[in-house]
Amino acid sequence: MAKFQGAIVVDREKCKGCGICASICPTKSIGMSKEVNGKGYHFAILVNEETCVGCASCGHICPDGVITVYRAKVE
Amino acid sequence: MTLNEICKPENLVYKKTSLLTDKVMHYCPGCGHGTIHRALMEVVDEMGLQDKTIGVAPVGCSVLAYDYMNVDMQEAAHGRAPALATAIKRLMPEKFVFTYQGDGDLAAIGTAETIHCCNRGEPILMVFVNNAIYGMTGGQMAPTTLEGMKTATSPYGRDVHKVGWPLRITEMIAPLNGVWSVSRHTVHTPAAVQKLKRAIKKGIEDSMAHKGTCFIEVCSSCNSGWKMNPVDANKWMAEHVLEYFVPGDIKVDGQMVR
Amino acid sequence: MEDLRLMKGNEAFAEAAIRAGCDGYFGYPITPQSEVMEYLMKEQPENRTGMVVLQAESEVSSINMVYAGAACGKRVMTSTSSPGYSLMQEGISYIAGAELPCLVLNVVRGGPGLGTIQPSQSDYFQATKGGGHGDYRLIVLAPSSVQEMADFVGLGFDLAFKYRNPVLMLADGVIGQTMEKVIMPPQRPRFTEEEIRKNTPWATVGKSIDREHNIVTSLDLQADSQERHVLHLQEKYNEIEANEVRCEQIKCEDAEYVLVAYGSSARICQKAVDLLRAKGIKVGLLRPITLWPFPTKEIQALVPHVKGFMSVEMSLGQMVEDVRLAVEGKVKVEFFGRCGGIVPAPEEVVHAVETKLL
Repeated sequence: MAKFQGAIVVDREKCKGCGICASICPTKSIGMSKEVNGKGYHFAILVNEETCVGCASCGHICPDGVITVYRAKVE
Repeated sequence: MTLNEICKPENLVYKKTSLLTDKVMHYCPGCGHGTIHRALMEVVDEMGLQDKTIGVAPVGCSVLAYDYMNVDMQEAAHGRAPALATAIKRLMPEKFVFTYQGDGDLAAIGTAETIHCCNRGEPILMVFVNNAIYGMTGGQMAPTTLEGMKTATSPYGRDVHKVGWPLRITEMIAPLNGVWSVSRHTVHTPAAVQKLKRAIKKGIEDSMAHKGTCFIEVCSSCNSGWKMNPVDANKWMAEHVLEYFVPGDIKVDGQMVR
Repeated sequence: MEDLRLMKGNEAFAEAAIRAGCDGYFGYPITPQSEVMEYLMKEQPENRTGMVVLQAESEVSSINMVYAGAACGKRVMTSTSSPGYSLMQEGISYIAGAELPCLVLNVVRGGPGLGTIQPSQSDYFQATKGGGHGDYRLIVLAPSSVQEMADFVGLGFDLAFKYRNPVLMLADGVIGQTMEKVIMPPQRPRFTEEEIRKNTPWATVGKSIDREHNIVTSLDLQADSQERHVLHLQEKYNEIEANEVRCEQIKCEDAEYVLVAYGSSARICQKAVDLLRAKGIKVGLLRPITLWPFPTKEIQALVPHVKGFMSVEMSLGQMVEDVRLAVEGKVKVEFFGRCGGIVPAPEEVVHAVETKLL
């Protein structure tokens, strides 16, 4: 069975750190940064690169549309 | 594979639609408006309707929706969006016309416009965002505020014997002959967002085909108004709001299903 | 050949609207102007020109339909009478704020409150000094005949589009209900979508690839840019005041006394002028056609030659304030009026001139 590896790119400055993406991520790959952005928010980050499958759930639910999602097939 | 190897254009699976502008939304962190805006604009984008779309923004938190939705938009006086949409659609029947309103706008000050627009069966898509509170003005009681729920103007909880019961306006307009489809949705899970998008697509198709008014309610959390964090607010909504405002189809293709 | 008709003022207005290339009428029945929508519904202009006619659920709704139609670059209009016009104030303020062109007819009846259905001119303040909230002005045309009820429709739309500003026609129950001869203007075509995209590039008709998305709004949350917007409106109003004053002067050349009256009152005063002149009293009539902008300069030009003015109105004295502002205390300014729906007789005006002005 083909395996997929995903990745997300978060627009750190536009992220408001609501944490909804992290709360719904089915593989618990997303967390919130320790550092803050220009507005003082702890932005979303990929905390586990190995487990992200690029399902795009985070992208679809992000209220601010700051998440771009990629997915590649791995052998 | 490294992140750089994955993040290539050919591997792109999700990206914000260009039908949302790059302006930073003024909404509070975790507010459902942003997700609902995007769901709507994604469908308009997928259907290639940008040049045929005219939207009407309300008064309330989403008053500046026109800054974010990259389609021609008009800003209505409080509650009057259905009147505006009526005129736009009558004057340009070949366009896709939608309204976007909150609960105070659609179910309190604009009740008359809502009901008569639906009763005339204006072939438009009405998007009704219900977060059970007046967000913009600072968290006052809305027509949809739940019984016992504390707000700035019901600080001891909504007393239904004094101020009435939370209004299910969606169920009220559903039986009207002019109304073609009515459903209630949420955006607190990815699956719910997909479901909402399917309803929007059907609503656009049916309104463009002049079947009648297509009405979509979206229950959304207002974490600032409810004084919770965004994740807890979504949980509270699922447990309490959706018990009273039950999601699902209410009218499908002109037939009541509930 | 002239298209001569015998019609009520309200009907002439409606027929002229179809001929002005109006795209949409949105209204709500109220006496004494209901014939406007009745005529349009019977005439079915959708079959003649494609014009849309819709009976809304309220005046609140109809004026907001007008807002939306105007925001689409269409020629749109409504008509109402005083209580209904009060309900429209919110929408009119938004229309003025968003700089949208439209035509509104108020066939005035006596107030305040539900008042009476009889003719009156007691909405002058509301028409010329705002009515709704905020710093804004409407161009106000005051027809005094059925002919002008027809002629001012095309003029009103032209002014509305020239300045991107709402135009109000302020008539009264007499003008709306009287039947007179009227020569109908020729049919003008409605705007095509191409013309709208070209001539009103701000209109919300769907975003094309070659432009940004259009937004029609009256909202600006930044104080500095909102101030700039209001100052821009003010500049426009100054331009209108400089260019669009319209008035008629009857027998003012040798007049020692001048009556100032508009609409029905001007018709009555015309007779009063004749009666007074028969008595050897040199009286003239100045009839403002635009109530805003007001013919201040025209009145000021008469001041050095006359002994006094009298404002004659079907109200308790509203326009008289603008006459006084124009005259600046240099000569006497008197007032005569009836209210509550009473239309004064010419003899009453004659008596008022003899007792108050001479």
